[in-house]
Amino acid sequence: MENLIALLIAAPLLGAAVLLVGGRRLDAVGHWIGTLLAAASFVIAVVLFAGLLGRSGDDRTLIQHLFTWVPVESFQADVTFRLDQLSMTFVLLITGVGSLIHLYSVGYMEHDERRRRFFGYLNLFLAAMLLLVLADNYLLLYVGWEGVGLASYLLIGFWQHKPSAATAAKKAFLVNRVGDMGLSIAIMLMFTTFGTFAFGPVFGHVTDASQGKLTAIALMLLLAACGKSAQVPLQSWLGDAMEGPTPVSALIHAATMVTAGVYLVVRSGAIFNAAPDAQLVVTVVGAVTLLFGAIVGCAKDDIKKALAGSTMSQIGYMVLAAGLGPIGYVYAIMHLVTHGFFKAGLFLGAGSVMHGMNDEVDMRKFGGLRKYMPITYWTFGLGYLAIIGFPGLSGFFSKDKIIESAFAKGGTEGWILGAVTLIGAAVTAYYMTRVMLMTFFGEERWKHRATAGESVDGHAAPAEHAAHAEPHPHESPKTMTIPMIVLAFGSVFAGALFTWGSSFLHWLEPVTGHQEGDSPLSTWTITSATFVLMLIGVGAAYAQYGRRPVPAVAPRGSLVTRAARRDLLQDDFNHVVLVRGGEHLTRSLVYVDHTLVDGVVNGTAASVGGLSGRLRRLQNGYARSYAVSMFGGAALLVAATLLMRAV
Amino acid sequence: MSAAAVHSLWTTAATAAPIAKIDAPKIEYGQLSPSLIVVGAALVGVLIEAFVPRRSRYYAQMLLSAVALAAAFAAVVALAADGYGTTKAHIAAMGAIAVDGPSLFLQGTILLVGLIALFTFGERRLDPEAHGNRVDSFAAQAAAVPGSESEQAAVKAGFTTTEVFPLLLFAVAGMLIFPSANDLLTLFVALEVFSLPLYLLCALARRKRLMSQEAAVKYFLLGAFASAFTLFGIALLYGYAGSVSYATISQVVDGTVTSVDPALADTMGNDALLLIGTAMLVMGLLFKVGAVPFHMWTPDVYQGAPTPVTGFMAAATKVAAFGALLRLLYVVLPGLRWDWRPVMWGVAIITMLGGAIVAITQTDIKRLLAYSSIAHAGFILAGVIATSKDGVSSVLFYLAAYSFVTLGAFAVVTLVRDAGGEATHLSKWAGLGRRSPLVAAVFAVFLLAFAGIPLTSGFAGKFAVFKAAAEGGAVPLVVIGVISSAIAAFFYIRVIVLMFFSEPRPEGPTVAVPSPLTTTAIAMGVVVTLVLGVAPQYFLNLASQAGVFVR
Repeated sequence: MENLIALLIAAPLLGAAVLLVGGRRLDAVGHWIGTLLAAASFVIAVVLFAGLLGRSGDDRTLIQHLFTWVPVESFQADVTFRLDQLSMTFVLLITGVGSLIHLYSVGYMEHDERRRRFFGYLNLFLAAMLLLVLADNYLLLYVGWEGVGLASYLLIGFWQHKPSAATAAKKAFLVNRVGDMGLSIAIMLMFTTFGTFAFGPVFGHVTDASQGKLTAIALMLLLAACGKSAQVPLQSWLGDAMEGPTPVSALIHAATMVTAGVYLVVRSGAIFNAAPDAQLVVTVVGAVTLLFGAIVGCAKDDIKKALAGSTMSQIGYMVLAAGLGPIGYVYAIMHLVTHGFFKAGLFLGAGSVMHGMNDEVDMRKFGGLRKYMPITYWTFGLGYLAIIGFPGLSGFFSKDKIIESAFAKGGTEGWILGAVTLIGAAVTAYYMTRVMLMTFFGEERWKHRATAGESVDGHAAPAEHAAHAEPHPHESPKTMTIPMIVLAFGSVFAGALFTWGSSFLHWLEPVTGHQEGDSPLSTWTITSATFVLMLIGVGAAYAQYGRRPVPAVAPRGSLVTRAARRDLLQDDFNHVVLVRGGEHLTRSLVYVDHTLVDGVVNGTAASVGGLSGRLRRLQNGYARSYAVSMFGGAALLVAATLLMRAV
Repeated sequence: MSAAAVHSLWTTAATAAPIAKIDAPKIEYGQLSPSLIVVGAALVGVLIEAFVPRRSRYYAQMLLSAVALAAAFAAVVALAADGYGTTKAHIAAMGAIAVDGPSLFLQGTILLVGLIALFTFGERRLDPEAHGNRVDSFAAQAAAVPGSESEQAAVKAGFTTTEVFPLLLFAVAGMLIFPSANDLLTLFVALEVFSLPLYLLCALARRKRLMSQEAAVKYFLLGAFASAFTLFGIALLYGYAGSVSYATISQVVDGTVTSVDPALADTMGNDALLLIGTAMLVMGLLFKVGAVPFHMWTPDVYQGAPTPVTGFMAAATKVAAFGALLRLLYVVLPGLRWDWRPVMWGVAIITMLGGAIVAITQTDIKRLLAYSSIAHAGFILAGVIATSKDGVSSVLFYLAAYSFVTLGAFAVVTLVRDAGGEATHLSKWAGLGRRSPLVAAVFAVFLLAFAGIPLTSGFAGKFAVFKAAAEGGAVPLVVIGVISSAIAAFFYIRVIVLMFFSEPRPEGPTVAVPSPLTTTAIAMGVVVTLVLGVAPQYFLNLASQAGVFVR
């Protein structure tokens, strides 16, 4: 059965190769090739899953050694895959949601002339992501890590003719680079500390390493996780990444790739468990991000950016849970999976709305769409209920567990983290209700928009007129709605399924370990508090956006609102501190380079040249002076040899 | 001393036993066959000059030389295959010649170099025909005074100096014996056997004859001067050890000698003799490899000599002389290495730096390559100093790699010509890459190999040598070596830039279309350079197997 593991990656990799190398002649069928190979990978995943279920809990790790990759003395890297419960969970999520989104893209990208290439990139992403979660050592994981970064870059900038998309792609790439540095430094530290970077040996020898080194490795891994998962302080790229086509936002920037950071932390649990200081930092990062993302999500009028803020916030929950150690690992992954369902569903819903609204993303120009797109409305609605934690739906189970675990951390930290997660729940309910109300309820603000648009700018150019034409909202084709329906099922039932008989806990425990938290508050208290706070959030949003008409042009808003609209000034901060600082640094370095380094280099060159010219004169062409030089040389040689004996 | 005692020095009492029959020396002809074949062919070549009609001499000589060199090479390969390089290595010819790994490796290299050099010697299509006769790089009649009527008459008559072929063979024969000589007298005889033909060959250029003759005279004078030092050094060493045999000298140095000649008991073991003798002997060898400060002849001779001769000399002399130096230092004087190593450090450093620095301001391509060869001598010395098995094998590899690059580079120089013959001034090479991309690209490959850029043999060789030196504890030497390489890279790359990034001159040189002979020589150079650069491991292993001297 081990031999199937490589096929998981091979199928989408083959797809990427065929689609990207095949050229135009595959334009007609390319999207089906891509979808088929993604589905093939999913089928293999299901077969493997069935195989794993047939084994006992401690015997569910499959290893496939493919070949030796870098055999250099003690630096040994193998291409070896490890399929255990943790990676199996990810493989199912990636291939399952991935296949659905491939199917969705068939409809969504129908009118794009570069659709084949899009599917090639999507397949490339699947292959890289699967490599990331199946690798058995950190170096191979790094390959997948970079691979998903590349795919993400290519897909965010897929509409590269738009400067905003090209810039966003570059931004994502550059910010991720910072995190990638963290991962590579972590790998180097591992190699110097343990002499290896394969999972088994590293985790087995954690106790041999000093506390300082472990903390350093863990913090570097956290830096990597921050980059990939858009956690503070490397969060700034995710909002802009919404420039990519919506299926990309759903698959890569909501369900799978951005959760790679959580995977990294949970996978490296043995290291983090031994470095409590680093764990504390992880929880702090998670807590800060969960509030940061939620606040940003409240202020955005762009539906995708509001959802992006939400993604950031939800991953904050997961990171926080992962930082709690064995109390939280299982729940981090559980929330990751349920989030994968409902957030992908929400994004696909948003894409469906945009599809029907001439690619409009401003929610202030939506409204009352539930009549026109009933399937989208229902699936989006179920996703909405799931994310705010409505009792009985997926989010309810997974998020409550995280809140409970946060309290269970104990001490002041536990109280603070618990409070943050509770507040986060309320804010989540607020911004998601806001999205729901502005999009599907209320006045149909998109009608007569052409004239309204003109009255606002006063000079709508004729060329733009077509885009400003009044949209005719309609339901999306079946290729798009089927995936949405499937994901809605997941949003509704996954949580209950996982919690029923603690099935998910038992599934994952052999890999991540688990420890029941000792919460100062009873489960019942926490659940009630969460429910009440959720209602408050929903109520507040209803009061603001349900009872009153939504202005078509955003009001000026308070200072906080304006800051939140600007992503809480993240870009301004980066600009002032990093960009300006960087410019100053480069300018002074260039100055040093020009004056000092070039001076030394040119000076050296000039003096070597001068020396050369002078020495050259010794070569005067007279045999007599040559002979004298030889004689002198011989005398020196004799003298030096004698001297050496004397010394 | 009484009269009777003095008398007894040259007479012997009649009552003493009659002198025993002198045994005939035992000579292993099979194991010496490479040298013997070449010497024999050279002698036949002299007979050809005497008896074969002038018209056929060129072909007869070419054929004879090619067959002889190839046969000698085959003999080397057969000996190596028979295990004489490893398990059956021993001292042959009554202790005069060592047949072992380094000997066979170097002999093989020298023979291949000789064969390729023969191709460039025989090239007759580069110069335009003179009076309906094809001409090569050599003077029509060496004895004719330059510019005289007799010279013109010789040119008109279509004379060619076919004596170059036997001279080449004699030189090769000397070089074959030089690195395998196992006593100091054989060493000296071999030195003279290969030096004298080279002096003559240097004087034989067809064009710029005065310069060529000047070069030859300088080479001869300075070579004789250096030989005198060598010989004096040999005498002192004999005085020290009472023997010219390598094995005996090394035993005396180690203090493990068994029998002492009573006549030499006074001087024997006198360290002053040993040290001064060593220094002088080594100086003679350093002269041949062109190490600073015994390098002054190199640029003048390289520039003046006919270019095929320069190529041969630059490649083969270096191989032979470094081979002899290695054997001397590793077999005879290992017990003395704490004395000679620091001195050789100094020589290596000034050789690397001196060659690289002075090359920067050169404007003539042949002089440039001459200084480059000086710098390379320094790099090889770094490997010699390692005094380890890796040191030997890295030097062997470097010599093989370097000699093919050198031959190829000088062969390319013969192609770039204008009305005055070879256009060796660098300014004339400007824009060559635009006009003759292939020739320029080939030359660029050789230059990159000289500079030690990866994927060329130069890199593999330099890496091996520096690695051996560093492991032998000579890290500062390696640092200086790398700095010199950087300096040297400057002028190699400068030529490439000149060829490819400058506008061609309107009256610039043309590239002659060579015969298959030169083409083969250049192609061999390129192939060996790239093969040794891309897949050096097999040859490194070969050199490593061959890296053990017999004592």
